[in-house]
Amino acid sequence: MSELIRRTAAELSGLLSSGEVSAVEVTQAHLDRIAQVDGDVHAFLHVAGEQALAEAAAVDTARKAGEQLGALAGVPIAVKDVMTTQGLPTTAGSKMLEGWIPPYDATVVRRLKEARLVTLGKTNMDEFAMGSSTEHSAYGATHNPWDLDRIPGGSGGGSSAALAAFEAPLATGTDTGGSIRQPASVTGTVGVKPTYGAVSRYGLIALASSLDQAGPCARTVLDTALLHEVMAGHDPLDSTSLTDGYPDVVAAAKAGATEGIAGLKIGVIRELHGGDGGYQAGVMARFDESLALLTKAGAEIVEVSCPSFTAALAAYYLILPSEASSNLAKFDAMRYGLRVGPAGVEAPSAEQVMAATRAAGFGDEVKRRIILGTYALSSGYYDAYYGSAQKVRTLIQRDFAAAFGQADVLVSPTSPTTAFKLGAKLDDPLSMYLQDVATIPANLAGVPGMSLPSGLADEDGLPAGIQLLAPAQADDRLYRVGAALESLLVESWGGPFLAKNTLEAMK
Amino acid sequence: MTSLSQFAEVLDYDEALEKFDPVLGLEVHVELNTHTKMFCGCSTEFGAEPNTQVCPVCLGLPGALPVLNQTGLESAIRIGLALNCSIAQWCRFARKNYFYPDMPKNFQTSQYDEPIAFEGYLDVELEDGETFRVEIERAHMEEDTGKSLHIGGSTGRIQGAEYSLVDYNRAGIPLIEIVTKPIRGAGDRAPEVAKAYVSALRELLRALKVSDVKMEQGSMRCDVNASLRPRAEDQDAVPLGTRTETKNVNSLRSVERAVKYEISRQAAVLVEGGSIFQETRHWHEDTGITTSGRPKSDADDYRYFPEPDLVPIAPAAQWVEELRATLPEPPALRRRRLQSEWGFSDKEMRDLYNGGAVELVEATVAAGASSAAARKWWTGELARLANQQEKTLAEMPVTPAQIAQLQALVDGGQLTDSLARQALEGVLAGEGDPEQVVEKRGLVVVSDEGALGEAVDRAIAANPGIADKIRAGKVQAAGALIGAVMKEMKGKADAARVRELVIERLAPDAEA
Repeated sequence: MSELIRRTAAELSGLLSSGEVSAVEVTQAHLDRIAQVDGDVHAFLHVAGEQALAEAAAVDTARKAGEQLGALAGVPIAVKDVMTTQGLPTTAGSKMLEGWIPPYDATVVRRLKEARLVTLGKTNMDEFAMGSSTEHSAYGATHNPWDLDRIPGGSGGGSSAALAAFEAPLATGTDTGGSIRQPASVTGTVGVKPTYGAVSRYGLIALASSLDQAGPCARTVLDTALLHEVMAGHDPLDSTSLTDGYPDVVAAAKAGATEGIAGLKIGVIRELHGGDGGYQAGVMARFDESLALLTKAGAEIVEVSCPSFTAALAAYYLILPSEASSNLAKFDAMRYGLRVGPAGVEAPSAEQVMAATRAAGFGDEVKRRIILGTYALSSGYYDAYYGSAQKVRTLIQRDFAAAFGQADVLVSPTSPTTAFKLGAKLDDPLSMYLQDVATIPANLAGVPGMSLPSGLADEDGLPAGIQLLAPAQADDRLYRVGAALESLLVESWGGPFLAKNTLEAMK
Repeated sequence: MTSLSQFAEVLDYDEALEKFDPVLGLEVHVELNTHTKMFCGCSTEFGAEPNTQVCPVCLGLPGALPVLNQTGLESAIRIGLALNCSIAQWCRFARKNYFYPDMPKNFQTSQYDEPIAFEGYLDVELEDGETFRVEIERAHMEEDTGKSLHIGGSTGRIQGAEYSLVDYNRAGIPLIEIVTKPIRGAGDRAPEVAKAYVSALRELLRALKVSDVKMEQGSMRCDVNASLRPRAEDQDAVPLGTRTETKNVNSLRSVERAVKYEISRQAAVLVEGGSIFQETRHWHEDTGITTSGRPKSDADDYRYFPEPDLVPIAPAAQWVEELRATLPEPPALRRRRLQSEWGFSDKEMRDLYNGGAVELVEATVAAGASSAAARKWWTGELARLANQQEKTLAEMPVTPAQIAQLQALVDGGQLTDSLARQALEGVLAGEGDPEQVVEKRGLVVVSDEGALGEAVDRAIAANPGIADKIRAGKVQAAGALIGAVMKEMKGKADAARVRELVIERLAPDAEA
C-alpha cells in the first residue's frame, strides 16, 4: 500500500507542485485504498475511478504545460452525496433519488473543479442528512474505521470514515445541527461548519435551509483551512450567500501553529460542560486536558453562561422538521427520481402516485420529521411551535453575543460520547438527537464551529472531540486556536490519531 | 340572459337586489412582462414549445435555489405606488405549501402576512361618469405555476381525463396578486363596479408598462368573490354573508356577468332558507353560469412560513421615491387632458373609454389624423364591424397608423368616404396597407369629367320628378341624384363634384 495515502493534503500539495509525484499516482493510491478497505468501511456510495484518473491526468498535463495551479490542484477529495454533481449519481442517501444523475453541479462542486481537485466519489450519509450515525442511509450504514462495529457519526459519516480510513485526504460535509462536527469528533478527524452564508448552498439538497451550511473535513486543521478557502466565497445563485467578510483562514491556521495563542480569552460554556448532560467521563477528561494545555500556552480560560442553550434542542427539532417538510415536498415522482404506482390501482391519479412513492421512497426517520414539521406548521399550532422556536433562536443569538463579549472563542466537547455501537440508538430517536446537543446552538445562531480531536477516551480507546465556536464571520479564530491546540496535542500525544483497524489493514 | 331562465335556482336580478346587499372582493393576478422569471434566468416568452424554458430552479430540482428578479420587485413597487398603497419597509416571501403536479417544489413562493404593498385604493369611473373608490387591501409578489393539460375526457378538466401533461414554461413567471378590500355600497351597480375596476386596473397596468394584461392569454386573471347580506336601514351594521370565489373569470364582460349570476344564484338559495357554502366555483363562459368546484375555506391549510431561501426585502426609501417619480400620468387625468386637447364632449370621451378606444384614437392622432376623424373611424365603422364580429376594437386587425393613412387618402381627395370603407375592408382582410389595397382593388375616384357628366345626365333622365324639384329651387333634393350617380359609379366618384355637376345642369343660379 502506497504511503501517499498517509500524507496530509498540504504535504500532497508540496509533492505535487515540486513534481515529486503526479496527480495520477496520488489518485491511484487512494483508489487502491478504497478498493482495499471500503468493503468493510462502506464510506462511498459511488466511486468515480475513471473520471478521477482522467481529472488527475489533466492536472498533470496542465502542470507540465506550466499552468498556474491552485494549492490543492491534483489532491483527491471525497464529496458528500448531498451535493449535486453533474454526470455523477447523487442520492442524498435516499431511495427516492436512486439512479438520479443531476444535470448541474453544486456551486461547491464547481469551485472544487475550478481549483482542480480530483473527485474520488460520493460519500454515504443519513438519508437527506437526518441522523447522527449514518445508519439512516437507504444504502446501508458506514462503519467507523476505529471499530467497525461502531458508528462513524452522522449525517456525514461517509466523509469522516473516508478520512479516518485514509481513503481520502479531504472530504466535503454539510452541517445542519452537527453533521460535520459530530462525525469528525467520533472518528478523530477535523471538521468545520463555517459561518452561515460563507459557503454557497446552491446544489446542496436542502434539509433545513436556514440551518444548512457546507464545510470542509480533513485530518488536520491546516488541511481543513486549505479546503475551506476553496469552498467559501460569495455566490450570486444563493440569496443567503455572504457578500463580504471572508477572513483568511489559511493564514490563521499557519499563525496558530507557529505564533501560539497567548492572551486569547477562551470561554467554557457552563451549560455544555458535564453536569447531567450525559457526557462520557473520557470525553470530559480529554476536554479538561485540552483546557489545561491552552492555559499553559497562555490563554485565559473564563466561564460563560448561555442559559437559552438548554432550549436549543427543542427549538431545533421544531425548526428543522418544519423547513424539511417543505423542502422534501418536491420529491413527488413527477419529474425525477423514484416512481411507485399504488398497489392494486389500475389507473392511479397523480396524487395516488405521489403518495405511494413517498410512502415507499422515504425512510422512517425522514417520515418522522416530515410528520413533525407538517404538524408544527399547521394552522393553529404555528405560533406555539414554529413561532416559539424562532423566539428561542433569537435568545440563543443573544446568548452568543453576550458570551463573545467575554471571550474570543467558546469551547465545549463536540459530542457527549465517543462512537456508539451500530444499532444502539436506532430504536431511541431522542437519545440519537442528544448527540447534537452541543453542536446545534451554532446552527441556530449561524456562527462558525470546529471540531478537532482532543485524544482518546480512557474507557474505550476511541477518539473524543473538542468544539471551538467563534462569532459570525470570524471563522479565522477557529483555525488560529484549533491549529494551536492541535500542535499542543501532537506534542502531548505524539502525533495525529490513526485508527488501529485501518492501520493494520494498510500493512 | 336566456341561460338564467333555464335554471330555476336563480332569482330575478332586480328582486335579488331588493332583498339583498351584495359585497364583492376581487383578486386579480397579473403576469409581469419581465424578460426572465421571478427566481431564475429563464425566458418568459409566451407560446414556446412546452418545457423549453426551464432550468434546475424553476423545475424544482434538488439543490436549486431562488434569486429574486430585481425588475420584478421594481414592477411590484411601482404597481403598489400607482394603487396608492404603502410600500413595506421590510417584508419577506413565504412558502405556500400544497401538492399539485404543476407546482415543481410543491410549494409556491409567495407572500403571506408581509406583502410588498398594502392599504391603497383605485378610483374607477363608471359608465355614467361617476367615480367609485375601490379600496385595495394588498398587492403581493409570487410565482406562477406550470400548466396542466388534461388529455381525454370531455371537459378539459382533470376529472375523466385519461392522462395529463405538464408544461413548466410558465412555472416561475412573476405574478402580482392584487386583492381588494370588501367592496361595499355598490348596490345594484355591483356588476358594473366589478367590471369597471378590472378595466381601470388593466388600463393602469398598461400605462405602467409592467404587463401585457391580455386576459385572453391569461396574463391577467380574475377571481370574483361575492356574498350577500340582507338589506337593512343601517346596512353597515349587518355582518357580511358567506362568500363564494369564482375562479378564472377572464374577460371584462364575464366579470360583470359572473357577479350578476352569483348575486341571482345566492339570492335564490337564501330566499328559500338555504345557506351559501364557502367554496370555489367554476365560471362557464358559454352558458354564463357558475358551478360548484371544491369546498374552499379558511380551513385550507397551506402551512405558510417565511421562505428561508430568500433574504428579506427592504427597499430603500429613496429608491421607492425614485420609482414614484417614474409613475405615468394617472389614466383618468390623462383622459381628461386628452379630452380637452381633442375637443370632445363628455359623452364622446366616455364612449371612447367604454369602447376601449382611447389609446387607439390617441395613436391614430399621433400618426397624423385629426382627432375628429380618428374618433369617427374607431367609434363608427370599426366599432360596427367589431361588434358584428364579436371582437374588441384592439383585436381588429388594423393599426392606428393604417387608419391615419386611410384618412390621409380621404383628405387628399384620392378616396371618397365610401371608397375608404372599401379600402378598410381590404386592410381587415389582410390585403395590406390602405395604399396597397387601393392599388390592388383599383379604388380610385373617377375624375373623368366626360364619364361623370354622362352619368349625371342619365340620373336626371331617370328621375324627372326630382330634377323638376331642383329646377324649382329645392337644391337639397340633389342628394337623391347624387346617390344614384354614386351607385352607378360604385362609389368611385367624388360626391362634391357630382353635386356641382347636378346643380350646374339644373339650377345654375343656385349657390352650390
